[in-house]
Amino acid sequence: MRPWMPFELIAALRFLREGRTQSVLIVVGVGVGVAVIVFMSALLSGLQSNLVRRTLSSQAHVVLLPPEEVARPQGDPARAALHLQRQAQRLRSIDQWQPLRDRLQTWPEIAAVSPVASGPAFAIRGDANKAVTLLGIDPERYDRVIPLAGRLNAGELRVGSGEAVIGIELARELGAGVGDKLRLTTAAGAAETLTVSGLFDLGNKGVNARNVYVGLRTAQTLLDLAGGVSSIDLALHDLDRAEEVARRIAAGTGLTADSWIRTNAQFVTALTSQRVSSNVIRFFIALSVAFGIASVLVVSVIQRRREIGILRAMGATQAQMRRIFLLQGAIVGLLGSLLGSALAWSFLAGWRLLARDGAGSPLFAIDVEPALVGIAAGGAGLVGILAAVLPARRAARLDPVEAIRG
Amino acid sequence: MADPVLRLAGIRKTYGRGETASEVLHGIDLRLEPGEFAALIGPSGSGKSTLLNLIGLLDRPSAGQLSIGGEATGGLDDAGLTRLRGRHIGFVFQHHHLIPAFSARENVALPLLVARGRPDAAMFARADALLERVGLADRRHQPADRLSGGQQQRVAIARALAMQPALVLADEPTGNLDTRSADAVFGLLREVNREAGTSFLIVTHDPRLARRCDRIVELVDGRIVADAPNRPD
Repeated sequence: MRPWMPFELIAALRFLREGRTQSVLIVVGVGVGVAVIVFMSALLSGLQSNLVRRTLSSQAHVVLLPPEEVARPQGDPARAALHLQRQAQRLRSIDQWQPLRDRLQTWPEIAAVSPVASGPAFAIRGDANKAVTLLGIDPERYDRVIPLAGRLNAGELRVGSGEAVIGIELARELGAGVGDKLRLTTAAGAAETLTVSGLFDLGNKGVNARNVYVGLRTAQTLLDLAGGVSSIDLALHDLDRAEEVARRIAAGTGLTADSWIRTNAQFVTALTSQRVSSNVIRFFIALSVAFGIASVLVVSVIQRRREIGILRAMGATQAQMRRIFLLQGAIVGLLGSLLGSALAWSFLAGWRLLARDGAGSPLFAIDVEPALVGIAAGGAGLVGILAAVLPARRAARLDPVEAIRG
Repeated sequence: MADPVLRLAGIRKTYGRGETASEVLHGIDLRLEPGEFAALIGPSGSGKSTLLNLIGLLDRPSAGQLSIGGEATGGLDDAGLTRLRGRHIGFVFQHHHLIPAFSARENVALPLLVARGRPDAAMFARADALLERVGLADRRHQPADRLSGGQQQRVAIARALAMQPALVLADEPTGNLDTRSADAVFGLLREVNREAGTSFLIVTHDPRLARRCDRIVELVDGRIVADAPNRPD
C-alpha cells in the first residue's frame, strides 16, 4: 500500500490482482480491440496521406484565375434579348499580379506563391506533333508549390531562354532526350524552338505527357500575355484549410480561386467516406470492448458480494463502493490500451517488413503517432469507466445484510 | 448518567407488504450501557439476526426508535448510517469474513483506511498493536485466507476494535470453531471488554458461552421473553 493511494484505488487494484485470470483475459480482450483500432487508424491515415500526397504531386493547393468574363448587354436589361450568348473565355492576365503575389506571400496560411503563365500549344519534333500545356514558371517559386526539381529523371530544372523541361511521356512520344530540340507553336501562330533541359516524372501519365515547363517570359511571348500571368498557384501549410483560404482570397480579390478540395471533389468524398466507415468500425469495436468490460465487472460484483458487504459494514459508503468498481473499469481500459498500442506497434513493424514494392522500398509510410497512443489510452480509460457504471451501481446498491449472509 | 451505548424503543420489523407481510420483531425495547457484556440468545428463527442487523445499522426498522451512543438514527440517510456505523460499531461475524485480497494487518487497518481515505503509518501501527493484542503479531503479513479459522476470527476481532468502537456486535463468533479455539476467542472478547470498556452484544445459541456473559437477553418469536443479569461462573 502506497501512502498516496486512496482507499478506492487500493481496493480496485487488489480486486483485479486477486481475480487474476479474469483480469488478464479482459485486459487482453481490450488490448486486441485497441490494437485493431490503432492499427487501422495508422494504416488509414498513412494510406490517405499517401494518396493525397500523390494526388497533389502535380497540383497546387489553391489556383487563382482571373474572374470569368460575363456578357453585360447595354441598355435596359428588361428589353434585352431573351437568350444571351455566353461569352467565350479568352486567355487573360490577372490584373496587378505582382502586388497580389507579394501580399499573398505575407499570409501566415500560405507557404508559397507561384505565378504561372499557361496556355495550349503544340510540340513538334520531326513528324511528331503533340498538343501540350505550356507553363511559364519561375522555377524557384514553382518548385515550392510542386516539387519538380526532386522529380527529374534526367537533366536539370533549368528554364532559361530557349530551354524547356518536359515530362518523360512526352519525351517518349516525341523521341526527345535532354539536349534535343523541339518546336512549340500556339494556335495564334507564335512559335519558338527550345532545347530540352530536363525530363520529369510527376507520377501521373497525363501530366507527364502534357506539361511543358518554360521560363515565364518565354510563355508570355508565346501566349501573347506580355508581362502577365494566367494563374497564381499557392501551396498552403495546412491542406485541409484550402477551401477556406480559397474562399477568402476570392472574396478579397474578385478572382476565381479553386482549391484542390473542390477540384478533386470526388476524390475528397471518397476519402471522407473511407474515414466515416472506419469511424463506424471503430465505434463498434469500442462498443464491444465496453460490453466485455461490463460483463466481467458484473460477474465480479456477484463474486464479491460478501466482500462488498463487509466493506459496507466497516463503514464504506455507497459512493466508495461505486468508485472502486469505476476504477476497476478505468484500470482495465488503460492497461488494455497500453497492451493494444504495443500490439499495434508490432503489427505495423511487421507490415513495414511485408508491404514493400518490387524495389524493396516501403509502399507508404505508416507510423503510430504518440498522440494516437495517448488518445487510445484516454479513450479506453473512458470506455472502461462508462462500462463500469452499471456494475458499480449494482455494487453500491447491494444490500449489506444480503451480501454478508450470501 | 452517560448515554446508553444502545437504546431500542418499540422496534418492529416487517418483511414483505400487504397480504404476505410478516412481522419478525414485535416491539423490542432494549438498553445497553457502556461496558456491558451481554448475550442475545434464542432458538433459530426467533429474530436474533434480524435484530442484530438493525442494531448494526445494516437494515432499518419498520417502526420504533433506535439510537446509538445517544444519536437517533431514524432521520439518517444511507451515508449518515454508514458514517455512524463506521465510527461506533464493530462487527464480528460467524464466518470471520476477512477480505482475502488483503493481509492480516491490512484487514485490521481497513476500517481506518475506509474512514480516512488514504493509508498512513498510524493506522498500521494501530493494526500491529491490535494483532499483538490478539496474539498474531507474527502472522501480520500473511494473506487473510492463509490463516486457520481461529486465527481468522482473532484477526476479525482485532479489525472490529480498530476504530475503538463503543459497541461490538458479534454474531455467533465461535460458531465455526472447535472448542479450544472457541474458548480462546471468547476469552479474548472478555478481556477486551474489561480492558477497554467496550460494550459487547453477542448472539449465540451456545448456552455454555451465554453463561459466561454478564447479562442474558432471550428472544423468542420476535419478543424479548427474558432479560436478566448473570453472574459468570
